[in-house]
Amino acid sequence: MGLENQVFESLPDVVTVKLDAVVNWARKSSLWPATFGLACCAIEMMNTVSARNDLSRFGAETFRASPRQADVMIVSGRVSRKMAPVLRRIYDQMPEPKWVISMGACATSGGVFDNYAIVQGVDKVVPVDVYVPGCPPRPEMLVHAIMMLQEKIMNESVKDRPDTFETESRVSIVPGTLPVTEGTALERETEIEVAQNQTARPYTVPSRHERRRSS
Amino acid sequence: MTEKLHGFVEKLKERDASWVENVVEALGEVTVHVPRVGILEACYFLRDEHDFDLLADLCGGDRGPEEDPRFEVNYHLFSTVHYQRLRLKVLLSEDDPKVDSVTDVWRTADWHERETYDLLGVKFEGHEDLRRILLPSDFDGHALRKDYPLRGYEPYSMN
Repeated sequence: MGLENQVFESLPDVVTVKLDAVVNWARKSSLWPATFGLACCAIEMMNTVSARNDLSRFGAETFRASPRQADVMIVSGRVSRKMAPVLRRIYDQMPEPKWVISMGACATSGGVFDNYAIVQGVDKVVPVDVYVPGCPPRPEMLVHAIMMLQEKIMNESVKDRPDTFETESRVSIVPGTLPVTEGTALERETEIEVAQNQTARPYTVPSRHERRRSS
Repeated sequence: MTEKLHGFVEKLKERDASWVENVVEALGEVTVHVPRVGILEACYFLRDEHDFDLLADLCGGDRGPEEDPRFEVNYHLFSTVHYQRLRLKVLLSEDDPKVDSVTDVWRTADWHERETYDLLGVKFEGHEDLRRILLPSDFDGHALRKDYPLRGYEPYSMN
């Protein structure tokens, strides 16, 4: 005889709520972050899911190595110029709805690394929902950021975020425009083939849903 | 302490006196300045006849735009037979930063030479795949040159 039985008895069989409230509640209660540890902030991110801070209290402990299974990208650490297109591709591979947390001073603004090698803020590459200051931020701050993100999700509407078609993420980055894919003869052939069929899109151009959100 | 190393320097001189421009000894280490034209032959000679079978490191250096010669390439040789370390140094002018590749002598020089090319712009002639290794392939300039701006050139600097 637990609490839920009493609640159940006191409620009618059918409840009417706003669709947004139900969908957003489901979304915010089960955020699956993508593991994107880039630097020392990643150590704090790991600590956030460990026993002491226990991110699973807020339903966001299921870190996935595959972007296809993730909702939230926690960019934890400095993003180098060479990493930027890779980060963008991983973001594009995540299914809608998706959110980004920029964790730490480096991901947010470049931090102390004001030089040619580091992207001065990950928001030049992907749209960011929550910024976490700190160098590195404590796990509590990341927990707070996730709770802020949950608040933000509760204020969204389902209409704002229809599922994007797969084609959008397919064309968003053309294989061969990334430095990491250069090299073998086969890849060069693919690169030429792709270049003939499609025009390359630089990674700083916003995707469809970013334009929708900013307008 | 460095008698054995000086022995190798003498052997180099005996073989071809033009290979040894200058010998510097500091902190128990011996550095031989080798002219650019002789470096490949000198490396083959040291590897084949004096058992310097390991290239421990190959790195470049920029002494600054006001210096001439401006660039240097250092070859840190190690002999697993004699247990000795010898350093060769090639000085290069800014106008013509080219040197023969030693990838045929030691295969491990491949990535070291790519790194030196990537960060300093020293060209290694005879290297079969000389392209950038650390910086993105569309990078402009060579980042470890002393006159390279900290925030980089356009479009990389986003000011």
